Amino acid sequence: MATFMEYMRAFVVGGLICAVGQLLIDYTKLTPARILVTFVVAGVFLGALGVYQPLIDYAGGGATVPLLGFGNTIAVGTLEAVREKGLMGALTGGLTASAGGVAASIFFGFLAAVVFKPKDKA
Amino acid sequence: MSTITNAAYAQMTKDASPRTKVQQSVPLAFVFGGGICTIGHALINLYISLGLAKEAAIPTASITLVFLAALLTGLNVYDDIARYGGAGTLVPITGFANAITAPALEFKSEGYVLGLGAKMFSIAGPVLVYGMVAGIVYGIILYVFQLY
Amino acid sequence: MVERIGNYTMKLAGAPSVLSFAAVASKKESEGPMASYIDIINQDSMFGQTTWEKAESSMQQEAANKALTKAQLSPGQIDVLFAGDLLNQCIGSHYGLRDLGIPFVGIYGACSNMAESLGLAALFVESAIAGNAMAVTSSHFCSAERQFRFPLEYGGVRTPTAQWTVTGAGGAIVGASSMPPYVKQVSFGSILDKGIKDINNMGAAMAPAAAQTLTHFFQDTLTCADNYDLILTGDLGSVGSELLYELMERDSYNIRKKHADCGLMIYDRDRQDVQAGGSGCGCSATVLCSYILQSMREGKIRELLFMATGALMSTVSVQQGESIPAIAHLVHLSNRPDFN
Repeated sequence: MATFMEYMRAFVVGGLICAVGQLLIDYTKLTPARILVTFVVAGVFLGALGVYQPLIDYAGGGATVPLLGFGNTIAVGTLEAVREKGLMGALTGGLTASAGGVAASIFFGFLAAVVFKPKDKA
Repeated sequence: MSTITNAAYAQMTKDASPRTKVQQSVPLAFVFGGGICTIGHALINLYISLGLAKEAAIPTASITLVFLAALLTGLNVYDDIARYGGAGTLVPITGFANAITAPALEFKSEGYVLGLGAKMFSIAGPVLVYGMVAGIVYGIILYVFQLY
Repeated sequence: MVERIGNYTMKLAGAPSVLSFAAVASKKESEGPMASYIDIINQDSMFGQTTWEKAESSMQQEAANKALTKAQLSPGQIDVLFAGDLLNQCIGSHYGLRDLGIPFVGIYGACSNMAESLGLAALFVESAIAGNAMAVTSSHFCSAERQFRFPLEYGGVRTPTAQWTVTGAGGAIVGASSMPPYVKQVSFGSILDKGIKDINNMGAAMAPAAAQTLTHFFQDTLTCADNYDLILTGDLGSVGSELLYELMERDSYNIRKKHADCGLMIYDRDRQDVQAGGSGCGCSATVLCSYILQSMREGKIRELLFMATGALMSTVSVQQGESIPAIAHLVHLSNRPDFN
């Protein structure tokens, strides 16, 4: 049974992570592309340290939806794959774990690009 | 104009250039980002109630957000939301999906292979490259130092 | 006869005329203050074409043809055509003007194109190399965004110093005549780079070049802002204009009361979301080849210094961490042909 507090936690944690991103955009020379890279690598790092899962347990969508969660998925998948397959797992783990999101982006991006047309911003 | 140094001119530029209003951009990013994450959380709960295990519901929810972002990008709506959302639309996985859909859509005029196909990763590519590289380095460290 | 004045300025003693001028623009410009002066407005910024690049070419073609019609000249009566745009290899101009059959001299000064091409056209006529010469340039928001910045549907945020590329084209024909406006002096600028790297602040990158060209012109002609009704820059925007004032004041020139910027005229910054103002070759071309030259014909502006600035970087140089070099070209236009 989902509680109001549960959604509140998702909202606040997700919002805070994005607010940090906005501060980086406003106060540093980091471009959006570099910010995305920073977040995904930070996610791998936090996942590697094992500190991201508690945040997911606490905030649910507030932790899994931001790109930090994508990085965490890569880290978690890499750990599992190394356990199962040794060194080969280092190569396969991250890509396999994130395959769903990557494939979905490519597929839905492709479909949208085929069906629609870009529009002027005027 | 005579002999102003580059450093002095850089300072003059800084003084004359308006900065982004942080008191607007940060709260907006908070609200938009929190909102998208809340929708993601609702989707997770929806999929759990439909019978998925939590481990499956989480990526399914993310994939659903990817679908929605791609659709809104195609409908020419996503950029209007992102104008206000800033990092709130960029940092969630919707930003990644928009970054893939937008160039694919734009460069269709250069053909399906060299345009749509090749340019699809022109903005989001680095996320995959550096995310993978970070993961692989982590994996190598795990293996070499037997930390698993 | 062309005479060199001082170190950087050329005096065109015979004061060739701008025989005709025409401007083409699209939806956003139709919602701005210049709308009623623009010859051709198409609400569809694709101009009936299938790509943005073809749309830009279409605008150039329409601007050139309209200028010819207004001058009652056929393409065969134009001896040389100076044109360029922002697209790689200037395809906007080449594809748009290829059917005219006029001897073509391609130019690239980024957003300074209108001043560069107009200056060259006037010099060719004054030197009797050409009887009639034409200058055309354009820019298109969509073709510029996809080349220099981001795909249209990308969810990016614009900074307060950013400028909006104008979707517009302008064309002017210069020839010997006794009708205003007259081109009296031309001063080409040299490239100046003061180390600005922020591509979202073009105004700051270009202001030093504008200050340099204007100062050189004032020094060559022993004049100042008091001698002119209007000093019109192309697209310095709000930030670049303020920087220009401060730079000129360092040499004791005060131009605040006489200055206007096409980037601040083409759009209503209060109602239209354009941050620091309009930009692009089409910005100065559209404003000059409509409201400004029309005002000169009607005697509302008598002495005009038209100075368009350009930022001479590419996406490659920016990615390689280089700063942005800029340039400014100046054309002195007047309501009367005599120099006294």
